[in-house]
Order: sequence, then structure tokens, then C-alpha cells
Amino acid sequence: MSAVLNNLVNQPYKHGFVTDIETEVVPKGLNEDVIRLISRKKEEPEWLLEFRLSAYRHWLTLTEPAWANVTYPKIDFQDIIYFAQPKPKKQLASLDEVDPELLRTFAKLGVPLHEQKLMTGVAVDVIFDSVSVTTTYKAKLAEIGIIFCSFSEAVREHPELIKQYLGSVVPASDNYYASLNSAVFTDGSFCFIPKGTKCPMDLSTYFRINTEGSGQFERTLIIAEEGSSVCYLEGCTAPQFDTNQLHAAVVELVALDNADIKYSTVQNWYAGDENGKGGIYNFVTKRGLCKGINSKISWTQVETGSAITWKYPSCVLLGDNSVGEFYSVALTNHKQQADTGTKMIHVGKNTRSKIIAKGISAGRSNNSYRGLVKMGSRATGARNYSQCDSMLIGDQCIANTFPTIEVLNTTAKVEHEASTSKIGEDQMFFFAQRGIGSEEAISMIINGFCKDVFVHLPMEFAVEATKLLGLKLEGSVG
Amino acid sequence: MIYKDSQVLLEVKNLKAEVAGVEILKGVNLTIRAGEVHAIMGINGSGKSTLSKVLAGHPDYTVTAGEANFSGKNLFELAPEERARAGLFLAFQYPVEIPGVSNSALLRLAYNTLQTERGLEELDPLEFEDFIQDKIKVVEMDPSFLSRSVNEGFSGGEKKRNEILQMAVLEPKLAILDETDSGLDIDALRIVAHGVNSLLSANNAVVMVTHYQRLLNYIVPDFVHVMDGGRIVKTGGKELALELEARGYDWLRAAV
Repeated sequence: MSAVLNNLVNQPYKHGFVTDIETEVVPKGLNEDVIRLISRKKEEPEWLLEFRLSAYRHWLTLTEPAWANVTYPKIDFQDIIYFAQPKPKKQLASLDEVDPELLRTFAKLGVPLHEQKLMTGVAVDVIFDSVSVTTTYKAKLAEIGIIFCSFSEAVREHPELIKQYLGSVVPASDNYYASLNSAVFTDGSFCFIPKGTKCPMDLSTYFRINTEGSGQFERTLIIAEEGSSVCYLEGCTAPQFDTNQLHAAVVELVALDNADIKYSTVQNWYAGDENGKGGIYNFVTKRGLCKGINSKISWTQVETGSAITWKYPSCVLLGDNSVGEFYSVALTNHKQQADTGTKMIHVGKNTRSKIIAKGISAGRSNNSYRGLVKMGSRATGARNYSQCDSMLIGDQCIANTFPTIEVLNTTAKVEHEASTSKIGEDQMFFFAQRGIGSEEAISMIINGFCKDVFVHLPMEFAVEATKLLGLKLEGSVG
Repeated sequence: MIYKDSQVLLEVKNLKAEVAGVEILKGVNLTIRAGEVHAIMGINGSGKSTLSKVLAGHPDYTVTAGEANFSGKNLFELAPEERARAGLFLAFQYPVEIPGVSNSALLRLAYNTLQTERGLEELDPLEFEDFIQDKIKVVEMDPSFLSRSVNEGFSGGEKKRNEILQMAVLEPKLAILDETDSGLDIDALRIVAHGVNSLLSANNAVVMVTHYQRLLNYIVPDFVHVMDGGRIVKTGGKELALELEARGYDWLRAAV
């Protein structure tokens, strides 16, 4: 049975192809000139260049954090391409002008860019290496005042919003990778949902790293004004290279009074081969600010892909009665390492947060949940509920849970539950004895384990996530 | 019930099997025909449960000698799921819990897998809902059990009833009940026994592996086998179980 399970877990990565497209790259290496060059290529205003340079100067004073429960060779930041974009770079008025090779690439990835082909009515911003290729449904959304565009375009068209909110949730000095991102970020998505508007369709960004040796440093900023709501989806893939690639993104969410942001990620970067060669280093800072009263930010993530994941989508619950949620499935196989979790910072009164984290470890992987729940001194009546479950597949993987709880208000309530389970031969034998084959059995067990998270994913994403977990686990139980 | 000239469902000859290098079964012979009810009794460690698991194909056990023919097929050439689809059912002594997987989802998947195997139409969730409502009556189970996770938070008795529910859904040719009576109170025992009895027909057979005569008051066996030291050492009618109850096993063991 072990052999069957092993075959099941070890299916090849199907997004590992490289698109042969002419790409303009800035030579490897990082210094102020490179930053100035990026800024100039993007025709940025002076204040943004200053933002970058001050972030870079701050970054130089920092040392790479070593507290995460992951090990990897030291990253040579001079050996990374900080800017790569498909040629030709010109303002595209319609999809007809997008390089057909790019269209084919995204069609192959299951992200058709032609609006008429989008059955589900999801607006998509597509990021290829360092730049946004296209944004669908932009005009339609603009009719009701919603801005959904690439970050670069937002800098040009809506500089006042960018200036007001950029770095307001994740300051340029926040941490090592956030500072690096602030210095060299190239593109990303920008969403602005005006007062009282419910976004009529899901907004989505699809990230693709294509160029070998390039890093991806995108920046996402979502602002939901008073009484508005939006559901945002993020998907990512990368080709299969033997070298490691760095992905250091920053995502900032701002929810004003009574606003509601739901942010879902299905992350399927290339994870490296079974011996841990190659793969993406996913060092990402994601944070949401529940700035207004009764605001709500909900993170849902399915992390399956990176060689190393280092990511803590967090909520700062500033507004009274605001709500933060974190639903996570992190799956590691082979030699993948994940150190992921969340921070719920309760500042306002009667703020509530909920954490449901599911870790699945297979192969020789190492999967850690790390979380912080902090009840500030003003957080009267605040409540948190955390549940962290780990599932082990096989006997060579590791699961850890590192919860931290800080309570400075005596009326706050914090609950934490944790469990560890194993897909054992007995479970597999039970399914077999009921006539169910091992593939379906694993898929059923894993989906059962992840159910509390999957119910929070949009329908198409939930289907995708279910399939993805099945693929990733082909061959691993024993 | 013993039917004249009924079809042989299972024929086991000189079966030997080991676990982790230790021989547990040392030459088992057993013939089961359609319509029959068999009981296998014996002390702990006599090989009763091992026999059930070996027949069902548990990966921990290795067959080292002998053969088993099930409905015209060489049982040991079939993977565990193929044995199940061919109509061999094992009610587990310790049913496993499957968190997050609802009872009805499991039952439907198992049932539809079997339907496909038989070349019949699968049932969609609504059709299955109708189908299952009749089945849960067999074990007097509350419909709320269907939406609960498989065996999670079930009492010992509820888990065993759930096993019989699975049997009712899959309608196996041969059901092996591995100590299904252990841990059951008298009401649950009655319900389980009633469920099994209602599923019995001239076309299927049941093997009960048990320590106690008590179950056999409710499901009356045609044959009682006593296992000791990895072999069947005595076979008799239902009165053998009563004799065992009265005299214990020692007189049989001495005779070996």
C-alpha cells in the first residue's frame, strides 16, 4: 500500500513550462541605480522614487531574518534579476494587441484572457514576470466607480490614492522582505471600491514568473471604502527551473467603516523537485487593516507550491467591532518547507478573530504553523478562536505549531485548539475494504480534513484547490 | 440456513499467513456456501481476527501458503478494493474515524463505485438520499448520522451500527463481522443482530467472529468453528457454542 500511496503523492508539476517570449531584463544585481532605472522605466513620480530609495537604504541596515523554522542557503541578492518584462512594452488598448504567445501561455494555465470566454465573470489582472499584461472587465467596473488596474497604471492615473495608502498597512520599514519589496516592486494590482458599492464580480490577479533568475516583487493594494465589499482571488504558477527564485510580495488591504474584504489565494508556484532542487522562495508580507468600525477582512489561502513558504496574512483590528478571519491549508511534500500562519492584532473594542489553520505534511517536508494573537489594552470584550490541525502522511515529515498569545486586557477571551492526525494504513484499508481506490480515498480524507477551510473559498477556487491537493499528494501515504 | 446444493461462495484451503515474520495462521480450511451463517470462535490470539483481515487483504499480513477461492476468483490475486467490489465485506472490530467526511458522502461513493463495477447507473445525491432512507431503518439509525463525519464522536455501539449500515448499502455476498458484538450493550446488540438478520438471504452468507455465545442467540449460526493456534480445530452446529459457553475452551485445546 505504501508504494501506491507514494505514487499518488508524486505527480509532476504541470505548470512547469517556460514561454519563449522576448523579454527585456535589467541586468542582475541591486543598487540605487537599478532602483532608479526601474522607477524611470515605469515613468514614476519623484515621490515614489524617494519611497523606493528610502526603503532600500533602510533595507541595507537590516539583516535577513532567521527565526522562521526553515533552512535554505543564503540568498545572493546581487544574483537576482529585479525587472523582467515581455517586449514590446506599450500601452495596450485591447487584448488583440497582447502578444499571442502570452495569450496562449495563460490559456494553457487555465486563465483565458478573452472576456467573452470568462464564464464565471471574474475580472482578472494578469502579471507576467514584473509587469501587468492586461486587466479584463476594467471598463465595465469603472462604470460603477470601481478601480481595478495594474499598480503601475494606478500610480499614473490615481497618484493621490497611492500616495495616501501605499505603505500605510505594511510600512516600508516593516521587515526585511517588505523593505526589499518597497525598494524594487515592479507591478501588481490595485483595487478601489468606492463607498457603498458591492463589487459585482470577483476580482482576480494571476501571477506568473517566467524568466529564469528573475524575482517577482509585486505589490497589491486593495481599498474598500465605507460600506463596500469585494471578493479578491489570487493565483500563481511558475516554470520549473533548477535554480531557486525569490517571490517577495507585499499585499495591503484597507477596510473602512462597515466594509468587507475577502481575499483568497491558491498558491501553486513551482515547489522544486523531489530532492528539493529549484522552486520558489515565497517570502510574502500580507496584512489587512480593519480601519473602520464593523469592518471585516477575511484571508483564505491554499498554499501548495513553493520550495519555502514564509507568509503570515494578518489583520490589524483597529475599528471597534471589526472582524478578522484566517482560513489556511498549507500542504508540503518532498523537501518543501512552510512556515506560515497569521497575526491577529486586536486594538479596538469587541473585535473578533477566527483562525482555522490546516497543515498537511508528506514526504520529507517540514510544515509549521506560526501565529500571534494579541489583545491590546483597549480591546475590551475582544475574542479570538484558533484551531490548528496537522495531518501527517508517511513517517518522514514534520509538523509544528508555534502559537503565541499576548493578552493585555482582562475582558478579552482567547481560545486555542490543536490536533495532529495521520493518514494511516487503517484508514486506507477501511476505504479499500469499502471498494474505494487509494486515490479517491486520499482525496476524500484530505478534503474532509480541509473542509472547514474550503467552504470559505469561492466555488471555482474550491474545485481547483481540491484537484490541486489531490495532484500534489499523488503517491504519498504510507 | 443450509440450502441443499447451494453455491460455494468461499473456499479456503490450507491457508497460512504471517504478520511481521510471525506465523499466525497455520493451515486454515473453511468452506462457506450461499445462505449459510458461520461463527468462528476461539480465545484471544487464536487467529480469528487475523483470518478476517487476511481474507479482506489487510496489507500488514502476508499469505505464505494455501489458497482462497471467492466466487470463482482467486482471492489472493485481487487488491483489497477488488475483493470488496467482488462482494466481500468486513465489518471492522475497531471502525476508524474519518474527520470531515460525511457518512452519506462515503456511503454514496462506495455505493456508486460498486454500481459502476456492476455496470449500473450511479445514483445522484438526491436519488441516493431516497435510497439511503430505507437503509438506515435497518439499523434504526437517526438520519442525522448521515450528515455527521464518519464515526467521529460516535459511541461504540453507534460505530458498529454504522458498519452494518455500510453492509446494508453494499449488499455483499459474504460479510465477515469481526467482533461486531464486542462493546455493545444489549439494545445495540439486538439492533445490530436484527439488521444482519434482515439482510440474510439464500444468495449471501455471514461469518461472525466472536468470543461470546450471546450474539449467536440473536443471529443463529448453521456452523460454529473453533480456532486455536492458527487452525480450525473443531466444527459443529449451534449447540457447539452452547457447549463452549458451559465448558470453556480448555477441553478442546487439550484435545489438539
